[in-house]
Amino acid sequence: MTADLSEKLGREMTGDPARATDEQPETSTDTLPPPAKLPLRYRNRFVEFFYRLFTERPLGAVGAIICVLLLLTGIFADFIAPHGYNAISPLDRLKPPSAEHWFGTDHLGRDVFSRVVYGAQLSVIVAFAATTLSIIISVIIGLFSGYLGGRTDMTTQRVVDGWMCFPDLIILIVAVSVLGPGTWQVILILGLLFGISGSRIVRGAVLTAKENVYVHAARSIGASTGWILWRHILPNVMPPIIVLYTTRLAAVILAESGLSFLGLGIPPPAPSWGGMLSIDGRSYMFLAPWLAIMPGLALAIAVFGINMFGDALRDILDPRMRGGTGRYIARVRKPGGQTT
Amino acid sequence: MLAEETHRHDHAEPETQQEVLLRVSGLKTQFRQDGRTVTAVDGVSFDVRRGETLAIVGESGSGKSVTAMSILRLIPSPPGEIVDGEVLFDGKDMLGLSDEEIRKMRGSEIAMIFQEPMTSMNPVLTIGRQLSEPIQVHRGGDRKSLLAKCVDLLRKVRIPDPENRVKAYPHQLSGGMRQRAMIAMGLGCDPRLIIADEPTTALDVTVQAQILELLKDLTRERGTSMILITHDLGVVARYADRINVMYAGRIVEQGSSGDIFKHPKHPYTLGLMSSIPRLDQPSGTRLTPITGQPPDLSNLPSGCPFHPRCRFAEDRCRAERPPLTQVSDQHWKACWIDVNKP
Amino acid sequence: MGSYFIRRLLALIPTLIIASIIVFSVVRLIPGDVLDLMLSENDYSATGHDTREQLERALGLDRPIYMQYLSWAGNALRGDLGNSLWRNTSVTSEIAERLPVTIQLGVLSLIVALTIAIPIGIYSAVRQETIGDHVGRTFSIIALAIPNFWLGTMVVILPAMWWGWSPPNDIVPFFKDPLENLKVLLLPSIVLGASLSAVVMRMTRTMMLEVLRQDYIRTAWAKGLPERTVVIRHAVKNAMIPVITLIGILIPILFGGTVIIEQIFRLPGLGELLLQSVSTRDYPIITGIFLITGVVVMLVNLLVDMCYGLLDPKVRYDG
Repeated sequence: MTADLSEKLGREMTGDPARATDEQPETSTDTLPPPAKLPLRYRNRFVEFFYRLFTERPLGAVGAIICVLLLLTGIFADFIAPHGYNAISPLDRLKPPSAEHWFGTDHLGRDVFSRVVYGAQLSVIVAFAATTLSIIISVIIGLFSGYLGGRTDMTTQRVVDGWMCFPDLIILIVAVSVLGPGTWQVILILGLLFGISGSRIVRGAVLTAKENVYVHAARSIGASTGWILWRHILPNVMPPIIVLYTTRLAAVILAESGLSFLGLGIPPPAPSWGGMLSIDGRSYMFLAPWLAIMPGLALAIAVFGINMFGDALRDILDPRMRGGTGRYIARVRKPGGQTT
Repeated sequence: MLAEETHRHDHAEPETQQEVLLRVSGLKTQFRQDGRTVTAVDGVSFDVRRGETLAIVGESGSGKSVTAMSILRLIPSPPGEIVDGEVLFDGKDMLGLSDEEIRKMRGSEIAMIFQEPMTSMNPVLTIGRQLSEPIQVHRGGDRKSLLAKCVDLLRKVRIPDPENRVKAYPHQLSGGMRQRAMIAMGLGCDPRLIIADEPTTALDVTVQAQILELLKDLTRERGTSMILITHDLGVVARYADRINVMYAGRIVEQGSSGDIFKHPKHPYTLGLMSSIPRLDQPSGTRLTPITGQPPDLSNLPSGCPFHPRCRFAEDRCRAERPPLTQVSDQHWKACWIDVNKP
Repeated sequence: MGSYFIRRLLALIPTLIIASIIVFSVVRLIPGDVLDLMLSENDYSATGHDTREQLERALGLDRPIYMQYLSWAGNALRGDLGNSLWRNTSVTSEIAERLPVTIQLGVLSLIVALTIAIPIGIYSAVRQETIGDHVGRTFSIIALAIPNFWLGTMVVILPAMWWGWSPPNDIVPFFKDPLENLKVLLLPSIVLGASLSAVVMRMTRTMMLEVLRQDYIRTAWAKGLPERTVVIRHAVKNAMIPVITLIGILIPILFGGTVIIEQIFRLPGLGELLLQSVSTRDYPIITGIFLITGVVVMLVNLLVDMCYGLLDPKVRYDG
């Protein structure tokens, strides 16, 4: 839910025609020397990306490590978790954390650590499925609306406007009330919800890419629309799409757990982090606070990691916001050691 | 405070052309970011005398603006930093002043006129408000007298209907008008030095000439010194007394306007001149642009930074960086080559 | 100026129509078997909806689709959103009863969020890369990762465990006894406001930095203005224009937040009504709330655009 903001903010700053603020011309580059940074070179792009991630953005690197850990936990949940996610053991109810049950047990005697691990798996599955779906929807709407322009664009954008009037969580709740709770329903609804709102970003990027000289050139020599979209537009809108994908992962995880928290997401006994925190288990949490702490912590760390990685990714792929703006009183630091 | 009084007294006396108002020596300004350091200005020295106009010429990224900004320490910090050198304004060490003291110099003793008045003026404040700010801060005054002063200033820069224009917002004026208002903003406190950073770049050619004439008249009648920053040698020829040509953060040629135009000594200056049309050349003479790209300041070529683009370059140019050496009384160059040799 | 407002108002009409179609389609999307399920699960005899036909009529599913839309939209315009399937109350009155709590919670949270976030955001931008900036950003990074439902749950559980204290949930109308009212709503508002403040802070900082990069800020410094004047007169005033639009962005998030916070603190607001209606499949109420939230968001955005127009001289004089 919160990550959606960065997208809306991004829209604000890339100059969405819907709320046209006058474009501010670039700050004069003459006073500041041109950034010494070279654009990512094609051949060793990944190597260079990770090099810069680790040297320039240590928090982003921490985020990347958390993301990898989350992914590995999801993939190897069966090997990591000591117990099944629904292995009920009535004798071990509400046991505090111990060597045997690292995160304690819940009111049915299930091992909370195992449930958190399987919860990671569930989050990873939902996040990737819903985000991929949402990006596909965003790209399709954004490409066609932005590239075709004219009446198509106009109509599409009004529909998107109408859709975006509704608060995300309310749409989700209403949709669940019609489709019913369940993993596939949640993936479908989240994909659609974020897909439509994300199309704005793709459209904005397409509008910019469309104005490139080579697109005009390609059109003038009679290249087909499909070819232009595939060869010229799509590669140009990839950076924002990649950034969108990452921020969406966190948004999807948060939205899914929010829904499950309200009892409208993935139904029990599936070990959704949000579901584990849900209001139904509240009375046990007073007796066994680890029930509330552990899944929440897992959720917060996962979201933190993805956010940090996404931020670093954006800074490196789209360095618009770089460049310091300190106070305009230059420090003087002469070799003599005198400092003002 | 006392010192300031005496300066003011000096000011009233007849100008002696030779007296130095500003002396910059060995100035070095760097920008540091993400562990990288860019030296934008690298050991620059020059003087500005009372009442004269000094031009600093160079491509964008040559360090000409940063040089001028460094005088007022108008460099965002972080990432900018002045790491070496001395700036003496009327004997006062600008680099040794406290933040508060430097603030008092800005706009009152030394004023800036920026390029692109559309972005250099605040879009949500009226012209009058922006014009009166420096006067209010440095000289004080009530609302009414400030307003009268603003109207007066606008009239001086020949803006028609100044009584109404003070109430206008920047977007309601044309580009030329905005630039005039910008100049008025600089003149508000009667500064002794005006730094004009590409004051005409964003304007039409006809408006450019008007603005420059205006600046010339205003500085002449008040005996104000001016540093004119530009990439346009054509502008310099008419309006500057002396010229500094900068390349990659250093001065490559320095001299009087006449010397530099009649006897350019540095290949870069030559290049700049042959890339502007001149009336004193036979018609049909081709304009030859300087080939290649301006250098990357964080990764300068060895030796003379201009050698990759220089058609005279020799082995020595690639190995050793040439110092600024005197060629005649008031003329200096940083080049190993004698370009006049056949 | 006037024409700007009129254009904004006119632009609202297509959006409103599309939004209403979206809400309307929800009713149409209800699959047939859900009706059977509703009939088998529940006993509607009290309100006289005990056959499928009666239920369809109550939901307005028995007429041609455009007729259904037109009559539904017409009624909605007159404030008639139908009746609850369970109780013989009108949806409008149910919503009107719950709305004050939600609005108050929302407004209080917004105030909390803005008062925490805007000063920190401005400070963080003005003193970029200093210790204060890092502290502020670390706070926002961490707060951004903590979901409001977890924060709320902890705020309810921990004091109860440690001191046996739990937050009250008996709402007294604000104008009857403001103090008692705040006693109930203050804590939930702080929780929601705090979780929102991370986002607001981040955006305020970004917008301030964007403004601080502008040429006119350098001009202000060059005039010799004190830093305080540069920041307050030149930067904040320009940054506030986008920050106002930020409020428009926050309103939908606030709605989502109130649903969760009302659930955690058991407050009788709109969100609680919505969740209750979802569990009893009371579709007229669900669609009613759906529509109301959309309209409120739209109106707030209109208001934001108006303020925007008032602040930006370009719009004020030439719009």
